[in-house]
Amino acid sequence: MPGTLVFLEDHEGELVKGSLGVLSKAAQLGGDVAAVVAGSGVRELAAQAGRYGAATAYAADDPALAAPLPQPRVDVLAALVREQGFDTVLFGASVLSADVAAGLAARLGAGLNWDLVDLELRDGKLVGRRPALQDSVYAEVGWTSEPRLALVRSGTFEPVESGGEAEVEDVVVELQGFSTQAVMVERAHAESEGPSIEDADVIVAGGRGLGEPAKFALLEELARALGGAVAATRAVVDAGWYPYAAQVGQTGRTVAPKLYVACGISGAIQHKVGMQASGTIVAINKDPNAPIFEYADVGVVGDLHQIVPRLTELVKERRA
Amino acid sequence: MKLAVLVKEVPEASARTRIDPGTLRLDRSGAAALNPFDAHALEEALRIKERTGDGEVVVIMMAPAGAADSLRKALAIGADRAVHVADDALAGSDLVATARTLAKAVEREQPDLVLLGQQGGDSDGAVLWSALADLLRLPVVSQVASLELGDGKVTVKRQTEFGYDVIEAPMPAVVAVSDAINEPRYPSLKGIMGAKKKPFETLAAGDLGLSAGEIGEAGSRTAVHSLADPPSYGDRLRIEDDGSAAEKIVEYLAERKLI
Repeated sequence: MPGTLVFLEDHEGELVKGSLGVLSKAAQLGGDVAAVVAGSGVRELAAQAGRYGAATAYAADDPALAAPLPQPRVDVLAALVREQGFDTVLFGASVLSADVAAGLAARLGAGLNWDLVDLELRDGKLVGRRPALQDSVYAEVGWTSEPRLALVRSGTFEPVESGGEAEVEDVVVELQGFSTQAVMVERAHAESEGPSIEDADVIVAGGRGLGEPAKFALLEELARALGGAVAATRAVVDAGWYPYAAQVGQTGRTVAPKLYVACGISGAIQHKVGMQASGTIVAINKDPNAPIFEYADVGVVGDLHQIVPRLTELVKERRA
Repeated sequence: MKLAVLVKEVPEASARTRIDPGTLRLDRSGAAALNPFDAHALEEALRIKERTGDGEVVVIMMAPAGAADSLRKALAIGADRAVHVADDALAGSDLVATARTLAKAVEREQPDLVLLGQQGGDSDGAVLWSALADLLRLPVVSQVASLELGDGKVTVKRQTEFGYDVIEAPMPAVVAVSDAINEPRYPSLKGIMGAKKKPFETLAAGDLGLSAGEIGEAGSRTAVHSLADPPSYGDRLRIEDDGSAAEKIVEYLAERKLI
C-alpha cells in the first residue's frame, strides 16, 4: 500500500524533534503515514511515533546501526521503500538525515528536493516550497516520478502530539559491504560548559569577520552591557575560537532571543536556520553583499571593530 | 596518492544573481567564480600532497562549455590536472543526474580520496557527496573539520548537531570538508603562468558512457514549477557607517524598547 514514510532520527534515547515535526506535517497532509527508526535498541522508541501520527512504525534495530552514520541507514530505507512501495519519503534536515536522503536518492534513482520550508498537496500532487538565492526568491518544486524524496529545512515544522498509536514492525537489516566501512571511533558527547544561550533574551554573536579569537572580548563586553549571552558561528567554533556550546546554526543551537546582534557573520543558511526566529536582528558586517543583510532588521555596513566598542559605551551610558 | 577534487562554478558573490523566468534555472550569464566552499577541498588536497611528498591532484568540474575559468583557477592555485565535463545534454541535471555524471568521471580516475566542499555557494545544496558515494559504492564522511591519513585509512573529525565525532574509513573514500578545515591559498603569479601548461581535458557525456536518458532533464526526477517573491521581512533599516552607526543602532533599539 503506497504512502508516506518519515525517517525519524534518534539521539541518546530520544527521537529528534526536527524529524518528529516532519512526521506531524506528514500526518496533517493525510494518507497512510509510516515512520522508520534505525538504530540499536530503538524498538521502544519507534512506538512513540504513533503519538505524532504514524500508523506504522518500522524498527530497524541492530547493533550495526548503533553509530549515527548514513550509509547503513540508506540500505535499510532502500529495502523498506522497495518492499512497501512508499510513494514519498520525508526527512528533517540534519547532518545525518541529509546524507541518508541523498544516498537514498542515488540508490533509488529518485528525485530529492532539499531545504524545503513547506509541503502541500495540490490536486493530489506534492508541492514543496524552497527558498533560493539566499532566500531572495521562493521556488515551488515538485517531482516527476515516485518515490518523491524531500528534505525539510530544520526547525520548519513543530511536532504535534495527536495521541495515536503505531503498530511496530521489525525490519530485517541487511547491509552492503561498503556501507559499513566508515566506522565511528569516538562519538559526540554534549559539551555543557558555559551558560545556555537558548534562554538568553539578548544574544551577541560573532563570526569569521572578528578576525581573531581574542576579539570575542569585544562581544563579551557588549553582551554584558546588554545583559545577554555570546554566541558563535560554526566556522569559528570549528576553528577553535569559541566553545561548541555557544554555536548557533543548523549544527548548533536554535535560538530566538528578543535581540540578536550578529557581528562579522555572513549569515549563510547554516547560521540562519538557527537564529531567524529572533525578534530583532542587527547585523554588522563590512561586506555589503553578506547574505545576512537580506534578513537583518538593521543592517550596518561597517567595521565591527570600530562600531562594537562604541555601541558598548553607548549602551552602558543609557543604563547608567 | 591520487586526490580528486570536485568543484563547481557559481555566480560571483558581488554579481546580482537571478533565476531565468523562462527556464526556471539559475542565470549563469554573469561573472562567475570558483565555488568558495570548494577552495577548502582543493586546499586540503594540496596540503595532503605536500605532506605525503607525492601525489596528484585532479580537479573535476561539470559545467557548461564556456565555464572553464574556475578550473584554470584551480590549476593556478596548484592542482595538477583538470577534467571538464561539458555537454549541452547535461543542462537541467538534478542531484541524481549530476551525481551519475560525476561518479563516471571519478571512476575513470580511480582516486584514493574524493574531496568536496561543504555546499554549493549558489544552490546551498549540501547533498552531492552522499549521492556520489552511493553510486561509487565508497564510504563517505561529511562536515569534516580536520583530516588525517595513515595505514590506507582516513580519520576525520566532523561536527554534527551534537558535537564532534571521530570517524575512520578505509580509502578510497569520499570526504566533504567544512569551510573551517583550512584557509585556502591564493594563486601565485608563477601558478597562474604555469596553469596554462597543465593538462586540461574536456569530456562529453558520451565519453563517460552516459546515455541521454540518465542525464540532464531527462535523467532528472525533480522539477521547478514556479517562482515567487519571498515573504516580506517588514521594514528594514540599512546603515552605511559614517562614524555614527553605533548611535543609530542605539536609537533604533531604544525606540523599540530593546534597551
